[in-house]
This record gives sequence, C-alpha cells and structure tokens, in this order.
Amino acid sequence: MLIVVVPVIVMTLWFAWRFRASNDNAIYTPEWSYSAKLDAVIWAIPVMIVAGVGYHAWVFTHSLDPYKPIPSPEKTLEVRAIAQDWKWLFLYPQQNIAVVNELVFPAGAPLRIEITSDTVMNSFFIPGLGGQIYAMAGMRTELNLLSYEPGEFLGRNVQYSGAGFSDQLFKARAVNREDFDAWVEKVRTSPDALDLATYEQLVKPSEAHPVTYYASYAPGLFAATISKYNPFGTLAANSVCRVADLDRSYAR
Amino acid sequence: MLGRLTIDALPFYSWVAMGGAAVTVLGALAVMAVITWLGAWRYLWREWLTSVDHKRIGIMYIVLALVMLLRGFVDAIMMRAQQAVALNSQGYLPADHFDQIFSSHGTIMIFFVAMPFMSGLMNLIIPLQIGARDVSFPYMNSLSLWLNAAGAALVLVSLVIGKFSTAGWSAYPPYSGIEYSPGVGVDYWSFAVLISGVGSTMTGINFIATIFKKRAPGMTLMRMPLFTWTVLTSSVLVVFAFPALTVSAALLEMDRMLGMHFFTNADGGNMMMFANLFWIWGHPEVYILILPAFGVFSHVVTTFSGKRLFGYTSLVYATTAIGILSFIVWLHHFFTMGSSANVNAFFGIMTMIIAVPTGVKVFDWLFTMYRGRIEFHSPMLWTLGFMATFVIGGMSGVLLALPPVDYLMHNTTFLVAHFHNMIIPGVLFGYLAGYQFWFPKAFGFRLNEQWGKRSFWCWIIGFYLAFMPLYVLGLLGMPRRMEHYTIAEWQPHLIVAAVGACVILLGILCLAVQLIVSIRQRDQARDLSGDPWLGRTLEWSTSSPPPVYNFAIIPRVDERDAFQEMKENGIAYERPDKYEDIYLPKNSPVGIIVGGFAFMFGFAMVWHIWWLAIACALVIVMALMVLSSEDDNEYCLTAKEVEQIENARYRDLAKAPRIILPESEEIVPGAPIQGTVR
Amino acid sequence: MNAGHSTASEGGASLPIDGRDEKAFGFWVYLMSDAIIFALLFATYIVLVENTAGGPGGKELFSLSRVFTETMLLLASSATFGMATVAMVSGDRSGVVRWLLVTFILGAAFVAMELNEFAGMIAAGAGPDRSGFLSAFFVLVGTHGLHVSAGLIGIVFMCVQVVTKGLTVPVASRLYRLGLFWHFLDIVWIAIFSVVYLPGVLDG
Repeated sequence: MLIVVVPVIVMTLWFAWRFRASNDNAIYTPEWSYSAKLDAVIWAIPVMIVAGVGYHAWVFTHSLDPYKPIPSPEKTLEVRAIAQDWKWLFLYPQQNIAVVNELVFPAGAPLRIEITSDTVMNSFFIPGLGGQIYAMAGMRTELNLLSYEPGEFLGRNVQYSGAGFSDQLFKARAVNREDFDAWVEKVRTSPDALDLATYEQLVKPSEAHPVTYYASYAPGLFAATISKYNPFGTLAANSVCRVADLDRSYAR
Repeated sequence: MLGRLTIDALPFYSWVAMGGAAVTVLGALAVMAVITWLGAWRYLWREWLTSVDHKRIGIMYIVLALVMLLRGFVDAIMMRAQQAVALNSQGYLPADHFDQIFSSHGTIMIFFVAMPFMSGLMNLIIPLQIGARDVSFPYMNSLSLWLNAAGAALVLVSLVIGKFSTAGWSAYPPYSGIEYSPGVGVDYWSFAVLISGVGSTMTGINFIATIFKKRAPGMTLMRMPLFTWTVLTSSVLVVFAFPALTVSAALLEMDRMLGMHFFTNADGGNMMMFANLFWIWGHPEVYILILPAFGVFSHVVTTFSGKRLFGYTSLVYATTAIGILSFIVWLHHFFTMGSSANVNAFFGIMTMIIAVPTGVKVFDWLFTMYRGRIEFHSPMLWTLGFMATFVIGGMSGVLLALPPVDYLMHNTTFLVAHFHNMIIPGVLFGYLAGYQFWFPKAFGFRLNEQWGKRSFWCWIIGFYLAFMPLYVLGLLGMPRRMEHYTIAEWQPHLIVAAVGACVILLGILCLAVQLIVSIRQRDQARDLSGDPWLGRTLEWSTSSPPPVYNFAIIPRVDERDAFQEMKENGIAYERPDKYEDIYLPKNSPVGIIVGGFAFMFGFAMVWHIWWLAIACALVIVMALMVLSSEDDNEYCLTAKEVEQIENARYRDLAKAPRIILPESEEIVPGAPIQGTVR
Repeated sequence: MNAGHSTASEGGASLPIDGRDEKAFGFWVYLMSDAIIFALLFATYIVLVENTAGGPGGKELFSLSRVFTETMLLLASSATFGMATVAMVSGDRSGVVRWLLVTFILGAAFVAMELNEFAGMIAAGAGPDRSGFLSAFFVLVGTHGLHVSAGLIGIVFMCVQVVTKGLTVPVASRLYRLGLFWHFLDIVWIAIFSVVYLPGVLDG
C-alpha cells in the first residue's frame, strides 16, 4: 500500500511546488483535462493492489479464523470465560476449578476459550496473544490461542461497558506444564467453592475485583449462564444470520 | 406532572459539571443579551429565523455547526487532558463524567457539526450552482434546519438538566438498555438523533428533488459541477440510510420505554440486531459526510490551479461507485462478533474495494494540479493538507478491513486514530475549505488570508500531534474509552496527543480571529464582481451576496464549467433586454415553531412528561397541516424591482477590478487568467 | 411551490398530477425512504420471529379469517380511493368527497379491527413486552397501522379542502399524493400479510 501512499504524498507536495503560480518556467495547460492512458493507470493501480490485498484477506481470514482449532500434539486446555461487571470469570471444566481475573495456561499447548457474558456486551482481548472476540449474553463465542513460550500478558475487556471498564483487566500467564499443575493444585486448595449462591454474589457489579480462586464450581454453570438469557435455544436456530448466514456465534 | 424531572436533575454533583452547565446557560444568556442590546430581535425573526431562502438557511446551518464544533471540541480537549494525567489515578474526571464526555463528543461531532455543516454548504451553494432560484421545497428546508437545531438543543440541555448518555455515540445495547442505563442520558441521545434524523432525511429528499428538477436548461447530468454530483449522491445515501438510524434509535426507545425486547439480553432480544441496523446507517453516513467534501476539493483544486478538472467522468463514476459500495460494508464494524470467516472475508474485501474509487479521486485531483498555475489561498492549503493526510487514513483503513488485523485493532485507539484521520482531513478540512472558498459568495467580502493560513497550519500540525500517538497506542494495545490506566508506557504518547489537541485549539481560535478581523476589514476585501477567485461554475456568475432570487434570468448551460465558458465566450455578465416578474416563497414561522415544539416534545419524552409530549405532538401536527394547506405562499418581485437590483449589480461590476463589461467593446472577462482566453 | 401562485383550474384535464410534478417526485422519494423503514422492520421481524421466549407464537395468536377481512377492507379502500381520483380527474367535487368518505370508513374499520386484535393479544398476555417476536410483530404491524391512521386524518383534511376550496391545482396535487400514500400502505399490507400472518398461521 505504501506504493500508493508515498507517491501521493510526494506528488501532492511536488506538484504544488512545481506548478506554483509564481513559477514562470512551469508549463501551463489549462484545457488539458483527460488522458485515457492516465485514466487507465489510476484505475488499474488501486485495482491491482486491492486484488492482491483482497486475495490475502480471504486466505488469512480463513487461516487465522479465531474459531479454528490450533493443531498441536499437546492436549488442548478448555476454558470457559464469563464476562461480568467488571471482571472476568474463568471456568476450567477439565480441572473443575474457577478463577476470577486470572488466566493461567500451559505454554505450548492450545488454549480453547468459550466466551459468554452475564452482563452487557464485552470484548475479550489479550493483546499480546491474539485477537479479540465479543462476549454476548445468551450467546457463545470462541477463541483459540496458543503461546509458544511462557510469558505474562495483560488481558481485558475492550468493549466499553460502564463505570468499572477501565479496571476490567486480568493477568494471562503462560507457564510450563509443571507450574500449571502446581497452580491448579493451589487453586484447588482454596476454601471457597463457586456454588450458585456464591455465583449470585459474584455477578453483582464490582470494580477492580481481586484475583479469587474457587476449588470447584457448580456443574453446568457456563451453559446455565447462557440459557439464563436464552432458555429456549431459539437464538441458535435463528438470526440476523438466517438472512445472510452471519451466524456462528449463535449456531455453535 | 413533571414525570421524572426533579430538582436532582440539576448538576450540583460535581464542579466540572456545574461549570459546563454554567457556561452553557451564560452563553445562551449572553447571546440573548447582545441581541436585545442591538435591538435585533425583530430583524432576526423577520429576516433570518423565519426565512426560507436557501442561502440564509445555509448560513444558519453553518452557524449551528460552528457553535456545536466549539462544544464538541471542549469535550475532546477534556478527554485528552484526562487521559494525559490519569496514569494510576482517577485524573480530574470521575468515570461517569468521562463517559458522558466521550459519548457527547461523538454524538455532537457527527450529528451536530458534520451534518449541519454539510447541509449548510449544500443549501448555500447547490441552487446557485445549478442555476436555480431556490430548492424544490423551501418550507420543508426551513423545517429541516429547525429540526436539526432542536436535536442540537436537546444535547446542549442535557448538560444542564440531567445527564447525557454514557453509552458512546453508537449507543450499543444492552448497555444502552433500561436495565444497565436507567437514567435519562440514552433518551437524550435517541431523541436528539431521531429528531435531527427526520430533519436530515427531509434535506436528502429536498436535494434529490432540487438537483433532478431544478437544474438550469442545458445542464445535463454529465454537465453538473462535481459538488452537485457529490451532493446528489450523498442525498440519495441519506434517503436510503437514515431510515436505518431512525429504526435503530426508535426500537431502542421501544425497549426502554415500553419494555419491549428488540435488543435486550433476555426474552428473545438480539443485541447484534442493533449493531447491524446502526451500521447499515453508520457506514453510508461516513460517505454522506465525505462525498460533499470531495466535491468541495474538486472545485478548490480546479479553481486554484486555473485548470479544467482532470478526469471528470472518472470522478463521477467513482462518486457513484462509492455510494453503492458504502451499503455493503457495514459488517466490518463488528467483525469480532464471531461471524464466520466467509462472511468476514466478504465484507473485508468489499471494504477494500471502496479504496479503489477513492484512490482514483485523489489521483484525479493530483493531475488537475499537474501543469496548472497553483495559487495557495487558504482553501487550497486545506485541500493539499487533506490529500497528504487522508491517504494515511486510507491505508490504516485498508489494514482494518483485513479481519485478522481488525481482531487485534478493533476497539483500540488505532481505530480512533483511523476514523479521525478520515473525518478530520476528509470531512472537516473539506468543509472548512468550502467555508473559506464560498464565504465571499455568502457575505460579499473575503476572509482574511493570513489568519486562514495560520488556522490551517495549527490544524494540520495539531492533527498529526494528536492522532499519530493514538495509532502507536493502538498498536500497544490501548483500548478506546479508558478513563484511567495502569501502563506507564502509554502516558508520554497521551501527553503528546493532549498537546496536539491544544494546537488544534489554536487553530480554532485562529478561525475565530479570522472571522472578527475579516468583518472589521470587510471594506478592503469587498467582492464587487461576485467572482473573487475566478471561479468556473454558475454560483460565481451572480453577485456576492446573491440577490434573493439568485438569477434575474435563469442561465443557459452548454458546458461543464458553465461560467468559465461564458467568460471565455464573452457572454458572462450580459445584460438581458428585459426583466420578468419573479415569484418567491414568503417567509414562514412554521419551521421554527415546529422546531421549538419538537425540542419540547423530545424533552418531554426524555423526562416522561406525557401530557406535554402529547400537547407538543398535536401542535406539530396542526402546524404541518396549516403549512401543507397553504395555497398562496409566494410573493411577487416585479420586473421593475428586479431591474433596480440588477442595475445596482452592474454598477458594482463596473467598479470591480479585473472585469471589463461587455458594453465597453473589449470582451475580456476575468482578464488576469490569460492562459484561458481564447 | 410550483403551483402556489396559479389560480384554481377549471375541470380536471390539465391537472399536473403525474410523476413529472416536482412535488409528486419529492413524494415518491419520501415513499422510498418510508419503504426502507418498513423493509428494516420486516428484517427485524424475520430475525426475531422465532424468539418467542416461551411465549405464544404466530400459530396461537393469528386468526386468518380476521386478517382476511382486514386485507379485504384495505384493498377495497384502495379501490375506492382510485374512484375518488377518477372523480377528481373529471372534476366531480361531490364524487371526490363521497368516495373519500367511503375510503375513510373502510380504513377506519381496518384500524378498528387491528386495534381490536392488539387489545385481545395484550389481554391474553401476549403484549409487545412478552417476547422479541411480539415486540417485532407489534412494531411492524403497528407502524403500518399508524400510517393508515395518519392517512385517515389526511382524508378528512382533504375532504375539508375539497369542500372549501374546490378542486384547485394545489388541492388536486395534495389529493394525488395522499393517493400515492394510501396505495403504498396497501402494498405494505400485502407484504405484512405474506411475511407475518401467512407463515405464522401455516407453520407457527
């Protein structure tokens, strides 16, 4: 794209200077207003660029589709994320633990996050690790991520959601397998369990919520959170989506 | 009796809010005091507020836009100041207040600066440019103006009574729903948008009819000046797109007021429906705003290069192509809702395709400059600044159109930088160029060049300082709409951005100084010829300011640059043998009355004062019935009166420098442009 | 205001009431934008039609015989408005008023039936706040009903004008535009019938 942008900027400044009214040496052709060759060129260049970029857009949109599982010999870690005012709750179904505002996962293994919201629309984003996706009540979206190296990232909600928005962030840590197992054990030693009554307390608005561990969580909590807003599953069949096949966030 | 309006609605909760309210109230009182002191109420009412003359309506639109620009800019500089200091601290604004500010900034800048500025330029110029005496529906035109003003007034009043929305200018539900935003803010937003939206739709209808039905004889579609083409395209987009805004805001209010479930979380609502409806309007809206600015640039470039427009046909096709494509890209505003790769790729590629006609336009302007005689009057500077800056925004736009990139950049300050990079150089610079370019036509004297240039340099330097750091911050992962933050790395960039906002403030001050200086020195800058820039299109063929009827004799058009051609053939300024009676629409107070009651209606709906809302609606219906049953609403300007006005015009012409009247045998109109005289 | 200063014309033959009239053209453009409002409400309805949130669906709520009567009333009213236009063209003042009044009665009967349907649904607990489907139904059908009601006011208003002013050029032009509006609403109703009621009754 720079092969358009740079020439345009250069030509703007150069033409303006070269053909300034006070420059008597410059040629002046007031009636000249068309050249088929030039016309063809100025249509052709953007068309070619857009064709090239468009091709890559198609390819990369498919290859980098956030719903696409990342192939890996390692076992995929499943996480369910629930957006709340103004914090993130992570459920680990394989480990049966729950954590608020901290996401720990093994480096080198794929991470598959299913996302929903128990409040307004949020957008789940770990800028250092991958793209974002909306979290919407009654619906489920999905993100597949992988961190090759251990590291610490900052994750947050980036869709404005109210007064506590600025502090709705969490640490995302990619650790090696042993540290991950140790962390899971640590969470399991927590005295708290996320039963439905505790969840009702947790979901109330709170700002800059501290990291909290729950040794277990009520079974089916994620599905229950979705069906709280969409008990009849109609959003799955239906949609904006039937019109233009936009659907996926609903259909899965 | 007063619905939910109580004394608590007054802003005693914070000093900053009280300050804002005080400035608003005192500003209004000061303006009223000045008018009273000048004893100008009667004049104002008779000659302006009730006027249906398109030129005066245009000027009033632009006054509205400039006033609202000040308000919107205060919001901007407050946000920049907050973010510059809010590292690990609350800054000086609480979250609730900061959120109102970014919501009102966007709402004001789009609906009450850009839209009225555009409508103003359209009103002022289009009938003159197509050789017409007025728009097709002058009364509806006055109605449009006052409905826009009513919407703007609602936003201003929210500063004093109650609070504005915190849901952003796009008011996404469910956050904007009653469950999460129970206050009056979102209601202020939606009624301001609904009322002004009706006005804008009527403007669109009016200008489609005007351009199709009122062109001077001989002006075929492919002889229309480019500004007329872009306004036509933009009006068509208004008529097709604004219903979507109306529907989205109205359905949101249905949810809020009647407990319906269009966009709610539960009970079968679908929040993405709102996003779809809103952006089905919102994306065309970008082109609604920018196309007329492209028209302005086309005129400025040709006039100040002393050349024909290069690639007229290409430009026309590019304009209409942009208009059509603008309706099939809306989904790129929410690639991240989780739609499938096929859908995202389709909308991404469609978005990029828009870059093709846009790029063509830029090259056409460049080749118009090529081998021209470029004079650097301030409108030309705005245009050059636009061309050099806009392409950067275009590039970031193509990047954002790539869904994989958008997943990373959406909702960050990169996005904020991108759309400001389109709208400030593309839209605002275009309108300011148009303002500088056509000011002499509207008022009969030129604006001061020096202050115009100073303003330009402040704006462009301020723009780069304010928004380039936001690109960087977006790449660093900074979300938009942060009231405070914890990452020290961001702060230096935010401080630079705040400095940039201050430089833009200087640019705005220069504009104000320019206006004052120009008014004081108007006698030295009189435009007696009506053609101060050696223009090429019909608006320059009449006097500055034009007589109320624009053209004593409707011109005949045989060429694209109609007036240039007349000058070259020596038939410009030719005196007709005789004049005829001219029928013109009488002034009418219906527009401002309906506007006033629409404002009260909106206010009553916001505060749930049902009896007042019903009463206002009834008055509006009655007023419209009276207006629509009016049979005899024209007055006659007799041939004799026309002749007197025209004689005065010819006396001025004789005094004008550089113009030699046909009577004196030497037919060299516009003599200094030797190159163009055959 | 192209016709504003011209005086009353005699007879109808020269009435400038076709699409070339500037006001008629503007009115067509307005109808286009109104059509988009309806199109978007239809789209919203289609998206939300299955979101009944456990509440009643079309099959339980819609009565085909009622809708058929409503459709007939509206179609007939379009025909009678056509007769009013014919009377206008032939300069028959009392004919215009007569046919307009018939149109008014048919239109008012339509609105009454619709209000009755709405009231029944609300009383049965199927009001617009029950589910996304019902919100979309009430707003789509209600917007049409509101348009018809506005048209009824317009008919009364035009009757008064025809009686007091006669068939002047401006009056005829207004009547022509009101006719466009009325026929447009008929077309929208056909769409409502085919998109809302028919599928609703058939597969509920």
